[in-house]
Amino acid sequence: MEIHVIHYLIVSTVMLFCGIYGFFTRKNLLAILISVELILNATNINFAVFNRYLYPDALEGHFFSLFGIAIAAAETAVAIAIIINVYRNVKHVLTDDINELKG
Amino acid sequence: MDLATILHMQPEVMLSFIIIILLLGDLIIRQPNHRILQFMAFGLLVVHIAANLTISDEVLFGGMYHSTPMASVVKTILTVGTLLVILQAGPWIRREDTRHKAGEFYLLTFSTLLGMYFMVSAGSFLMFYVGLELASIPMACLVAFDKYKHHSAEAGAKFIMSAMFSSGLMLYGLSLIYGTVGTMYFADIENALTGTPLQIMAMVFFFAGLGFKLSLVPFHMWTPDTYQGAPTPISAYLSVISKGAAAFALMNILLRVFGPMVEDWSLLLSVVIVVTITVANLFAILQSDLKRFMAYSSISQAGYIMLAVLAGDEQGMASLVYYIVVYIVANLAVFGVITNVEQHTGGLVDREAYNGLYKTNPRLTLVMTLALFSLAGIPPFAGFFSKFFVFASAFHQGYYLVVFLALVNTIISLYYYLLIVKAMYITPNDSPVPTFKSGPLSTVCLTVCVAGIVVLGLCSGVYELLQHVAGL
Repeated sequence: MEIHVIHYLIVSTVMLFCGIYGFFTRKNLLAILISVELILNATNINFAVFNRYLYPDALEGHFFSLFGIAIAAAETAVAIAIIINVYRNVKHVLTDDINELKG
Repeated sequence: MDLATILHMQPEVMLSFIIIILLLGDLIIRQPNHRILQFMAFGLLVVHIAANLTISDEVLFGGMYHSTPMASVVKTILTVGTLLVILQAGPWIRREDTRHKAGEFYLLTFSTLLGMYFMVSAGSFLMFYVGLELASIPMACLVAFDKYKHHSAEAGAKFIMSAMFSSGLMLYGLSLIYGTVGTMYFADIENALTGTPLQIMAMVFFFAGLGFKLSLVPFHMWTPDTYQGAPTPISAYLSVISKGAAAFALMNILLRVFGPMVEDWSLLLSVVIVVTITVANLFAILQSDLKRFMAYSSISQAGYIMLAVLAGDEQGMASLVYYIVVYIVANLAVFGVITNVEQHTGGLVDREAYNGLYKTNPRLTLVMTLALFSLAGIPPFAGFFSKFFVFASAFHQGYYLVVFLALVNTIISLYYYLLIVKAMYITPNDSPVPTFKSGPLSTVCLTVCVAGIVVLGLCSGVYELLQHVAGL
């Protein structure tokens, strides 16, 4: 079977919606972080696939996914630092315990 | 193309050098001396503003960087706002637990400012995305700056998670746009957009992503928690500078890139504006924590700013930037007072703490009152004129219903702004906040803010200048 753009897009769309679902339902901050990573990687797949199949004579999409990967890494580093900070203060990383700010 | 091209990006290059100088200064000055650092940051920023007062129109790097005349005005405004935040951050940064990392505060703040520079003068979505992230990643560090406070860490976690989520959604929209048109440059996308269903979906994803940054309803859930938990000067910075830059960037992109799809996004925007203003106003009435209250107030102000985007012409552009200027001075005055008062209430920012403030600190009360009047839009203060121009520009384009609903909401907002004024002047209190003298720098900051609130409203030159620049 030949693999077309549509097959890649199905994968990336499933990843996007899994990420969104996970972001709203997970209770653990690390699991939420992983869900967000799923969303970001779905976009990277999109960029690479569109570039490779639809616009193969330029490299814009590939570059965008490279930048996306680098920036996502920076964001994850900061997010994990903050999660460690939360852990030091509350001794948990479950969102049920991080509920002092509300109203 | 030669190396001298990079000198055309003067504001960005200068700000990068300032960041490096501050980093080296922070390393070299062994003794944690926040005063020298504050002086350095302040001085360098003043030099920066003075050197970049020119209005430039540059297209560099094949269209990757496009600084319009309005963008250079907005950059100056953002820098002046940052200067005011640095001035009023004094009482907080001097505290025992934060003073040893004062250098980091300036570094992170200036990094976010640099990101906003790139964001407002981007000519391609790649540049825009990098600028947006440069503006929001250090911001998360700033929000979680009070490392040993549970609230600050919690606010930081909420901020970084929603920032990542929103940029993920935005990127997904951008990838769909790339799939349909094959380019990321604003100028090329505008010519290639036709408004196919896929492009509409991409636009909605993109709008949702930026809606998170601007905290428009229904993407506003992180805002009150983050503002409440973050250190007060950071909440101030987040509410005015970051929001102003995002609003200008959104208008820029909706007009320049999604121009051909104006029917689609204007309907979307109208609904979002009405819902944003109404929901934020209703929730603001319920708040007793002043920082949380200011968060809901800033959500509703973002709704008013979006009215100018809806108008989508030169008048709208001028009124948007004017609104941002007025909003910066008024909001920074309120946050400046909160910063000063919370040093003497043990970090308490409840409305009850402000009961009877007039008896002990009449001047601070006056500043707060003027700022709240300006935010509510009572003439003759600047807030009235900024609201008026925004309404006029949207009315001019025929959005009568939206403008009417926004007007009704202005009256509701008057109620909750006056609740604070009532607490300060009328509500009796046996033990009000003791009389205190705020530091010289915060006094300067508050004076500038009050002067801005009064002068910007009374002298018409500012708006005319902005309108002239918007027409260039």
